[in-house]
Amino acid sequence: MTDLSAGGVPAARPKSSLLTEDARTKKRNAAERRFKNYGLTAVLLGVAALIMLLISILGNGLSAFQQTYVTLQVELPAETLDKEGNRNRDEMAKVSTFGYSPLIGAAMERAVAEAGIETELAADEQGDIISREAAAQLRNFVLANPEVVGETIEFEFLANGRIDGYLKDRVNRESAALDKNVSPAQLDLTDALQEEGILEKRFNWAFLTMPDASGQRPEAAGLGVAIMGSLYMMLIVLGLALPIGVAASIYLEEFAPKNRITDIIEVNISNLAAVPSIVFGILGLAIFINFAGLPQSAPIVGGLVLTLMTLPTIIIATRASLKSVPPSIRDAALGVGASKMQSVFHHVLPLAAPGILTGTIIGLAQALGETAPLLLIGMVAFVREYPSGPPEGFFDPASALPVQIYNWTQRSDPAFVERASGAIIVLLIFLVSMNALAIFLRRRFERRW
Amino acid sequence: MSVFFLLIIVLGLGALGFVLGRSRAMASADGNIRNLHSLPNYYGFNVALTTIIPALGVLAILSLVLPILIDNRVSTLIPAESISEDTTRSLVMSDVRRVADGLDTAIAAGAMTEDEAQTIRTEFTDVRDRLGSVGVALGSNVEPFVLRAAQSYRAQAATAQLWTTFLVIGIAVAGFAVSFLRTNRDYRARNVVENGVLVLLMAAASIAILTTLGIVLSMLFETRNFFQDYRWTDFFFGTTWSPNFRGDSELGIIPLLWGTLYISFIALLVAVPIGLFAAIYLSEYATHRFRSYAKPAIEILAGIPTIVYGLFALITVGPFLRDYFAEPTGLGESASSVMTAGLVMGIMLIPFVSSLSDDIINAVPQAMRDGSLGIGATHSETIRQVVLPAALPGIVGAILLAASRAIGETMIVVLGAGAAARLDLNPFEAMTTVTVKIVSQLTGDTDFSSPETLVAFALGLTLFVITLGLNVFALYIVRKYREQYE
Repeated sequence: MTDLSAGGVPAARPKSSLLTEDARTKKRNAAERRFKNYGLTAVLLGVAALIMLLISILGNGLSAFQQTYVTLQVELPAETLDKEGNRNRDEMAKVSTFGYSPLIGAAMERAVAEAGIETELAADEQGDIISREAAAQLRNFVLANPEVVGETIEFEFLANGRIDGYLKDRVNRESAALDKNVSPAQLDLTDALQEEGILEKRFNWAFLTMPDASGQRPEAAGLGVAIMGSLYMMLIVLGLALPIGVAASIYLEEFAPKNRITDIIEVNISNLAAVPSIVFGILGLAIFINFAGLPQSAPIVGGLVLTLMTLPTIIIATRASLKSVPPSIRDAALGVGASKMQSVFHHVLPLAAPGILTGTIIGLAQALGETAPLLLIGMVAFVREYPSGPPEGFFDPASALPVQIYNWTQRSDPAFVERASGAIIVLLIFLVSMNALAIFLRRRFERRW
Repeated sequence: MSVFFLLIIVLGLGALGFVLGRSRAMASADGNIRNLHSLPNYYGFNVALTTIIPALGVLAILSLVLPILIDNRVSTLIPAESISEDTTRSLVMSDVRRVADGLDTAIAAGAMTEDEAQTIRTEFTDVRDRLGSVGVALGSNVEPFVLRAAQSYRAQAATAQLWTTFLVIGIAVAGFAVSFLRTNRDYRARNVVENGVLVLLMAAASIAILTTLGIVLSMLFETRNFFQDYRWTDFFFGTTWSPNFRGDSELGIIPLLWGTLYISFIALLVAVPIGLFAAIYLSEYATHRFRSYAKPAIEILAGIPTIVYGLFALITVGPFLRDYFAEPTGLGESASSVMTAGLVMGIMLIPFVSSLSDDIINAVPQAMRDGSLGIGATHSETIRQVVLPAALPGIVGAILLAASRAIGETMIVVLGAGAAARLDLNPFEAMTTVTVKIVSQLTGDTDFSSPETLVAFALGLTLFVITLGLNVFALYIVRKYREQYE
């Protein structure tokens, strides 16, 4: 089949040029552009999801860091608060919060009258502007400072959650008209009090330090116990997971013979990393609480469960950084007469330390945000008392940051949504600073050979 | 607290051992380090470790074994006829323990003497009243046999504690003495210490195995208890889930599995295209600068705790889907739905899919791309027809891993999916998952003899087996793929 045997001139090919695109090239180029745009869209969708998530949390939660306070002059008559007149704390403690509520009501009424605000509200309705927690606050203050009895003191009360919501645009007059907890007239009074400077909104330190409060008192709910509980658990995780994880990695990376048992251990570790976190909660419930008899809701149990969860992360990171230390370091150490153990502990481990530390911090950050296993070991309980100092405090009931968030989402008052989002901001700040520390350590100390 | 003191005593002995062992070695070498077999610190460590490690090991074993032993011996004191139909031996034992704790509290508060606590009889004193006065609340009146069992419990616990103390301190002192006397200039302290450390390292590595064993055994044990009360065929093939704490529950896993798989499917429907295309764009098209911003931004999504996603589903995505999709189309009026949970979980999985796929796409040899581009294929044709087929096994592995994550995910579904077990196709309807039910059956007051509580362990085991199977399968595929190019 040569040109000759074909005979004649070959059929003229359609005229084409590299400079003008034919239909097929156009189609292919269009497909190319489309494909590229799909990719770009996917990336942008991912970033958009992140931005929406952050906006949603910040938008709902930032206002939790502001709180409305009412400053009143409260008279503390000695005849009702300290009948014996000897300022004995135990005797004064017999006066319950019911003894203090009328004092606050009276103070509120006086403040309204002095400021010359006209309102048709009855005295107790005026008093409802102040939180139900106020009487307990005042009582605690008086018991801590018995010398103020008999004087008139200036005291800052938390405003009711609905009033707080009004100042944060969560409650308005239409919704107040339908709400049995607050009336539009009270909102008018709030406006008037705010003009007089009696009622004001400012930064809310109590959110970070106070314990949780009951479902009717969102304004008094804080993260104090939860932060303590999380801190204790992180201490336990750090104290157990770091040494165990490093020891296990050293064995597997430097000493373990290549045999079946080592293989089983390695497969085990990689599988443990992928076990759903809730399964670790079941383990904690069955082994640590039911079998070993450790107390429920205690940071020690949470810490142990999170340790088991974090171990694979730390082991994987540690092994990677041990692996990245070049063999020449080991050879040099062995060459000058160090034992295998000495070469590892004196030379390899210090060089791998930055990587180990980074991995540990990332593992801790993961553990800090973990919720599901803690639900199963009873950390959802309502805890108002701060745990005592370590080590006894490890066995006291406590809450944890993520569980506190979950707890608040389960309550009916919408003010708790704000609290939960605020708590997430606190949690995210912790996580961001831990990750930033990890990145800093990596940039600062990591060596590449 | 006495365990704590024991710990301090043993550690103190160890520290003392370090100092004495080191100085004895130095003395035996006439103060010249060159006469020693090992460095002086090794002699110190040798004494310290032989003092501490066996003692602590015995302490750990005793504090695990003794309570079980005491429980068994005390429970023989409970007459068989007192265990009626509505109580079990373990419930009576928890009563016994509570009374024993109450007696301890009463002694600590000074309301009772040690002697009195061991001799009071319910026949003569109202024990409940006496304990109540020091703040120990007991639910019902104390039965005579419970009090006697509690007193025997306390007596045995005290004996056990005494023996533990003696044994542990004895072993510590013995270890100290033996290793201290052995210390001299020719003793191979370094070899001994290094062997000891190696054993410790091995023990640390085996904790991973112990954890897995603990998970499997604890769930198997309780699951067996569950299947004694409840037929396994009803559990695996039942289509109704309606737990009822008064009994007669229907505990079929099918509706829970359906909810789990449906939500995971929607999550993968969101995560796989977005994650895959993002990985393709970032590894094949993006400029270095764009990549250095976009890749960390997407990976931040992986570091956000799941409770945050859960709240996002609850307060933002759920109401949005309800108001703009479900209610106008008449498909449902619940904010928590399969769609809500699936969508948010999809967002959570995007970085998971994208970073795994990114690694896999980057592992495809450049020569394959060059070859394809060289014969005139466009960039997208190269990706679709050369890179993706080569990376396919790895990508499938990544998707399987993502699916296993989706199935085991808890907080998003707890807050976003609802609690009603349903077999339904409508994605805007609230459904529930295996993990949600594990949480709801195991939180609050739980009674570990009722099938309604024990079913959580069976659910957990099912979940464990499914996710483990997916992981093993995924790793198998990924490993098989790796062998082709390396």
